Amino acid sequence: MPYLKAREAADGMESYNCPPDKLLETAEVLKDDYEFQTLDDIAAIDMGPDRPSGGRFGAVYHFYSHTRKLYLRLCAMCADNEEPKLPSLTGLYLSADWAEREAYDLMGIVFEGHPHLARILMWDGYPYHPLRKDFPLAGLPAPLPDSFDGNYEATEVKPAPMEGGPFKAPQGDSFAEGREPRSRAQI
Amino acid sequence: MSDTTEKGFDVKGEQGFIYSRLDDIINWVRANSIWPQPMGLACCAIELMAVGGSRFDIGRFGMEVMRFSPRQSDCMIVSGTVTYKMAGAVKRIYDQMAAPKWVIAMGACASSGGMFRSYSTLQGVDKIIPVDVYVAGCPTRPEALLDALVRLQGKIRTEHSTKELFSRSRYC
Repeated sequence: MPYLKAREAADGMESYNCPPDKLLETAEVLKDDYEFQTLDDIAAIDMGPDRPSGGRFGAVYHFYSHTRKLYLRLCAMCADNEEPKLPSLTGLYLSADWAEREAYDLMGIVFEGHPHLARILMWDGYPYHPLRKDFPLAGLPAPLPDSFDGNYEATEVKPAPMEGGPFKAPQGDSFAEGREPRSRAQI
Repeated sequence: MSDTTEKGFDVKGEQGFIYSRLDDIINWVRANSIWPQPMGLACCAIELMAVGGSRFDIGRFGMEVMRFSPRQSDCMIVSGTVTYKMAGAVKRIYDQMAAPKWVIAMGACASSGGMFRSYSTLQGVDKIIPVDVYVAGCPTRPEALLDALVRLQGKIRTEHSTKELFSRSRYC
């Protein structure tokens, strides 16, 4: 397949960049001719909002062959930054179903051809895709799930208090200080 | 009748009557037969299971009857992270419990959101339902939950149950 370009991999796994419109075709060949029976995982990536067109969203697919005891990695970047789309692999791999729903839910990548592309972790009607780089960790105000209406006082979805966080755990001696910025005031 | 019962309560001496305040009797009944509703949402629920097991054994305090139906339970133990998606279900189950009812927020997440200061997590279950006892810990030690249950018993013993039965002020 000439359109596949080898991709650097720190772990030495066989990795290729794949154009998004050839993804379905490639997966079919991998499954039928190269014995990659399972799709282990789909990892959606967001390279940041300031990337040029076609360089922001993408998905990394990990295939595994039980007979050849071999992994293979495919990376497909979406052509559009505003409305990222990829073909769905649910017709080939059943495991793609929930993985694609998760990628859609948290990263907003639309998988065309998915039989039921609904949110899987956040509730239906949630307006954002929270793992995008431009989404704040504390969250944004949003309407509550439909299941939360009723004749009682409803709470709100509002940004969580960060209190000086997010706390990091750096390597080295200054572990406690970096992890808990509030502790610095007391030292 | 056995010896121990006769020592605790002498039927002949009291002529078959007990003199007490109605509050005390109602509270005594309520406090010693709490039926918990295990609202297990995350890892604290594992500690809750340990509390129900033989090593820690909440049967010692008359609370071993865990009821998974809200209609049969008195005390909701919210053990774990309450997400916004789950909050509606927690609130609905609380509403289905018959009064009088109490709530224990078990662990950091149920009390304040804990370490999950993020877009998905309700910052404390007290934002949607009234909490009687908060328990620290991540996850809570079984002993701490037992202490919370004993404290809840102590709280129930101080309630003005008779007044509330007629005023219906608290449970409406």
